[in-house]
Amino acid sequence: MEHIRTPKVENVRLLDRSSGQRKASVGTLYLSATHTIFVENNPETRKETWVLHSMVSSVERPPTTPSGGQLILRCKDFRIFQIFIPQERDGLDVHASLARLSRPEKYSELYCLSFNPNVNKEEREESWNFIDLMADYKRMGVPNNLWVATAANGEYRVCDTYPSELFVPKSATPTIIVGSSRFRSRGRFPALSYFHQDTLAAVCRCSQPLSGFSGRCQEDEMMLQALMKSNPGSDYIYVVDTRPKLNAMANRAAGKGYENEDHYTNIKLQFIGIENIHVMRSSQQKIIDVGEMRSPSMTDFLWGLENSGWLKHIKAILDAGVFVARAVADEGVSVLVHCSDGWDRTAQACSVASILLDPYYRTIRGLMVLIERDWVSFGHKFSHRYAHLDRDPKEVSPVIDQFLECVWQLSEQFPCAFEFNERFLIAIHTHVYSCQYGTFLGNSQKERRDMRLHERTHSVWPQLWKDRGEYTNPLYKAELSQSQGVLRPNTSPYCFKMWKGLYNHAEKSTPPRQSPADFLSAVREESQQLEEELTNHQEVPPGGTAHHHHPGSRQEDRSPDGEADHLGEDRGSPEED
Amino acid sequence: MEFAEHIKTANVEDVVLRQPLQPPSRGTLCITGHHLLFSDREESDSRQVLLLLRNIDATEKSVENLTGYSGFFSNASHSERMSGSSGTITMKCKDLRVLQLDIPGMEQCLNIAHSIETLSCLDCVSEMYPFFYRPVELSLPEQWGLSSPEMHYSQMKELYEKWRLSTVNRDYSVCSSYPPAVIVPKSIDDDTLKKAAKFRQGGRFPVLCYYHKKNGMVIMRSSQPLLGANRKRCKEDELLLQAVIEGSDKGYIIDTRSRQQAQQARMTGGGFESKSFYSRWKRFHRPMERGKALQESLIKLVEACGDESNNMDRWLSKLENSKWLSHVQNALSTAGLLVECVERDGHSVLVHGSEGTDCSLLISTLAQLIMDPCCRTVEGFLGLLEREWIQARHPFQQRCAHSAYSHARLQQESPVFLLLMDCVWQLWRQFPLALGFSEALLLRLATEVYASDYGTFLCNSDQERCALGVKERTHCLFQALLRPTQRDYYSNPLYERTELAIWPSVHPQSLQLWKGYFLRWTQQVRHLEEAQEEIRNMVIEWGKLACS
Repeated sequence: MEHIRTPKVENVRLLDRSSGQRKASVGTLYLSATHTIFVENNPETRKETWVLHSMVSSVERPPTTPSGGQLILRCKDFRIFQIFIPQERDGLDVHASLARLSRPEKYSELYCLSFNPNVNKEEREESWNFIDLMADYKRMGVPNNLWVATAANGEYRVCDTYPSELFVPKSATPTIIVGSSRFRSRGRFPALSYFHQDTLAAVCRCSQPLSGFSGRCQEDEMMLQALMKSNPGSDYIYVVDTRPKLNAMANRAAGKGYENEDHYTNIKLQFIGIENIHVMRSSQQKIIDVGEMRSPSMTDFLWGLENSGWLKHIKAILDAGVFVARAVADEGVSVLVHCSDGWDRTAQACSVASILLDPYYRTIRGLMVLIERDWVSFGHKFSHRYAHLDRDPKEVSPVIDQFLECVWQLSEQFPCAFEFNERFLIAIHTHVYSCQYGTFLGNSQKERRDMRLHERTHSVWPQLWKDRGEYTNPLYKAELSQSQGVLRPNTSPYCFKMWKGLYNHAEKSTPPRQSPADFLSAVREESQQLEEELTNHQEVPPGGTAHHHHPGSRQEDRSPDGEADHLGEDRGSPEED
Repeated sequence: MEFAEHIKTANVEDVVLRQPLQPPSRGTLCITGHHLLFSDREESDSRQVLLLLRNIDATEKSVENLTGYSGFFSNASHSERMSGSSGTITMKCKDLRVLQLDIPGMEQCLNIAHSIETLSCLDCVSEMYPFFYRPVELSLPEQWGLSSPEMHYSQMKELYEKWRLSTVNRDYSVCSSYPPAVIVPKSIDDDTLKKAAKFRQGGRFPVLCYYHKKNGMVIMRSSQPLLGANRKRCKEDELLLQAVIEGSDKGYIIDTRSRQQAQQARMTGGGFESKSFYSRWKRFHRPMERGKALQESLIKLVEACGDESNNMDRWLSKLENSKWLSHVQNALSTAGLLVECVERDGHSVLVHGSEGTDCSLLISTLAQLIMDPCCRTVEGFLGLLEREWIQARHPFQQRCAHSAYSHARLQQESPVFLLLMDCVWQLWRQFPLALGFSEALLLRLATEVYASDYGTFLCNSDQERCALGVKERTHCLFQALLRPTQRDYYSNPLYERTELAIWPSVHPQSLQLWKGYFLRWTQQVRHLEEAQEEIRNMVIEWGKLACS
């Protein structure tokens, strides 16, 4: 609380720019330890707007104008709030308070450590067991006579950014594991990500080898050999380096690099060319700017889109996933994926491949499992990448944003293949940044254990599961051919479009647009009810259940000052002779 | 005329047909006066492909003298015939499909190619297929068209007080492109109309095309006034327009040309309504692309969609460069302006460009869809198209002679109707519950307009259609689409009528490439179709349950 200079300011005007609001509403602004809260004066609505401090990515204070000072709050979920504060003094105080509150320095300041939903201790502990990774490995048939659990990383001895429980080829002895880990960046040795039961091929992951120009390591070579042998159907493996080849070569000068095909027998090296986190950070900034353009022409918009490079990057990640999935499903060849440290691009490529390979990961629970495995347990650096604490801004990058967007692009291409809808992806996106739950806190399993997060915070997954009704795609149909087996997406450029739902809130909430999905959800719900009624009361008299009205809320009232504004601006000045 | 003289080879065996989304198949090719027929001989359930030759936009042929040609099938029994020469004909269709025929024997191949090239672009309307299409279940003459100006007027009781049906054009002498009956202000007599018509290009004097029941305001349509360099004026035209806004303080004119274009038109005898003579009319200029530029935009877009370089930057820059989506945006936003004038501002509007047969129709049609719920059912929409495009005359014959692939020198081609379908699709996508028809209807119309079994889109005007007996000797597409099974297929299962105006967003992010049309021959579109089918099933299932 010591950072709050002024807890309450009256007669403040707030404009939610991202919701397409055009007129600021007047009300009172409150600062709490966790939220900025704005309550409208209008006695009829008393609408409240809550903004979590951890969702604020920047607070700007443009020069004061005669009408008073203003603050611009940009949020990590791409919402933008404009706050007009009459007294300059108050403005300064709010600005200073928010600037500090939105940049926590210690984990202890984060919301999840004070967030206390109404659940008891047992429920909280239970919440952490909601996702069971071992059960998922079992579901994919592991362990078996090819893949076994290894205790080598117990107590995080070998690799402190890996989970303690891992699966490796049966022939990989602890000596090989330890030896290989010494030859890999951050000790991240090759381990199993996904096992494909149909072909017995596997997706494995690791970090780059410390090969430099000529270094080699016998154990590492044996490790890759073991990977190859763990797939009886193939006599080679693919090593997918997800970096552009040039970057990988440059790494050799720093004693790192990629596998030398002369030293490793039976590998095929493949570069994919996903750019690094710095390129992605600036690319996302550009696409955010595109989303914020007020009334761009079609040309401005398409140029902006091209210039941001964003869709190109999304395509590269999807292409990487497609390559891995094809190798595993079509060729029956195992794949080892790495980038530099093996926690960003590698996580992207592996998890996209899993989504393509296994329908389970296209369900609500399956996506949770997948994120828990390839991202949370394998040490994706959530706290660094999503700026949970005020640290090095060069560590920040929208890595998981891109994964979620790949899933969204796929769901646009296969509308019946995913159990969840866009809202689910956006909810996950929000919680990756919000720090409301402990799930995404820290940078590795070890850090979370050391912080005793399971005792001090709640897991986000049970909450999302509880709300699954809202996240269900009514068109999901597992029996449909497009939903079954391996997804084979088209990755031609024309298949990608800007994710409006994420980057352009203004569009999303202008007077309720009709959503066929909401309508269909209502249809589906009502059909189920009717079906139940029918089975329960077979002898309902005719007309007994005939409430044949259209279900769901189907508003389409477009406010007069809604979207046709571009017209309004031009009006009133007709041409004169 | 005998088609036979264009057909030197009517049948060829052992032809391989390659088409999108299907494995190549071998079978027999047959050319008739209007069709290309391919029947697959290898399959037990023999598949047939029947392609209207009119649908073929461009052909490319290559012949080779190959010894040891093995082709797609390595069946030894064919090798003898194959060993000589062979040829390949690539047919690019107006519905954007690309088909390829591998034909054994160079001479046969050249004969077939020649027949396709000649028969696919016959100029003589009365030789076209609609005059030969005789489905067994139907007999001619049938009721041609859904309505007539007379019926339309008689159903609109609101009009009676101030508007009348004029038959001044009953023999097409006042305006060759108007139907015999048009709706005009009651206070204006036929003589005035005749004089006003002389002051408008092609005689297209201002007529009523839409009456907004909510406030009694109207949309009028015409061609440009013929001011010329000397700033001529026409009292009768002024009177006519004055009568339109009788009892109101003003009216708006939406000119679909830029101010500069309108000024320049005076040099060639055209022009615009000047402030001094039409003092109560306020004019907006909303330049819209038309003619050749629009055709070139389509060609570029189709070319971009076929680009196989798999490069995102290249795709986005080609998409931008085609400007097609800008045209979509522009058309919707001009229609939005029109609706704003009528619905919100409560004033009547006159729409024209130069000829008043392209962009004017486009935006008046869109505006009616946005404002009037009656136009949003399958029947209502087809009725709207009939009034605005068939009766009020869009020169389909000229505009749709060729599509995006043709190598022929462009003449009067312009995909205005296709642009309309795209804009309607954008509306449909933004308001998936408010329109009574499905995407399939838009696709069907966009296809039929280029090549059809029906006579609906033949000719350039009502007058031409009457002269050729189109209404007696061909079947009507709109009637066909409304037969029960078809009608079901083309209706939107999610439809629920709303009385409200459906204002489209014209923000670039809200407008999308119409994949269903431009990428219709890709696998991806199949998934989307599957989803539509799924929606239909869900709603049917729900309907059944609710009724039981």
